[in-house]
Amino acid sequence: MISRRRFLVLACAAAAASPPSRARATPAAMQEAIAKVTGGAVVSKGRVRLDVAPLIENGNSVVLSVGVDSPMTAAEYVKAIHVFAPANPLPNMVSAYLGPRSGRARITTRVRVADSQTLMAIAQLSDGSFWSDSAAVVVTLAACTEEVK
Amino acid sequence: MARTIVRVPPKAKKGEIIEIKALVGHVMETGFRHSETGALIPRDIIRTFVCSYNGAEVFRADFHPATAANPLIEFSTIATESGMLEFRWAGDNGFTAEASAPITVE
Repeated sequence: MISRRRFLVLACAAAAASPPSRARATPAAMQEAIAKVTGGAVVSKGRVRLDVAPLIENGNSVVLSVGVDSPMTAAEYVKAIHVFAPANPLPNMVSAYLGPRSGRARITTRVRVADSQTLMAIAQLSDGSFWSDSAAVVVTLAACTEEVK
Repeated sequence: MARTIVRVPPKAKKGEIIEIKALVGHVMETGFRHSETGALIPRDIIRTFVCSYNGAEVFRADFHPATAANPLIEFSTIATESGMLEFRWAGDNGFTAEASAPITVE
């Protein structure tokens, strides 16, 4: 006869060993999503600033800002800003298309973050170069895949 | 018609960079969630957002399931002339929403 305590230990161990499978983008999907916007071009670090709170209590609505260091003139401007989340079910978060008429290369939006991960922002400049910034976030309550009550 | 809220400064100086905020009411159902019975809830999201200034596109954004419900986007543009800023959202299941805001440029 199995004791109550023994049963609980086993049940907990089983639960820990087989967590519910959560939809998650594969590293290949992340690479593919990045390659889709860059066309395989080199992405350098710098010039971009990805602002997001490092500790997220609720992943369902997270304020996220991306700013790019650019004069935003007709000769030199930011064409696009893309944000990626490697641990979300789909790596793409948001894409914004700017131009010389934007005046300032900065966007703010609210996103869902499914798990603790390192978010990445990539900016495409008018000269064809790509720049990036990353931000590590810790999520307490995940978004995207939760059950509906 | 979905509820929209847009914020554009009513007045600006010529050449000034103005901040714009645009929000639309939408559930942004991700397509990854299951109901209590285990059925997958189909995706229903807004795909694109476009801002036009007197008919010329000045800003565009693509949304994905990772965009939070009631998508909010903040961006900027240069006040060039008096007129109208128009905002358009489009998404799954034929969803469309529109909003506009006047601006006076001195």
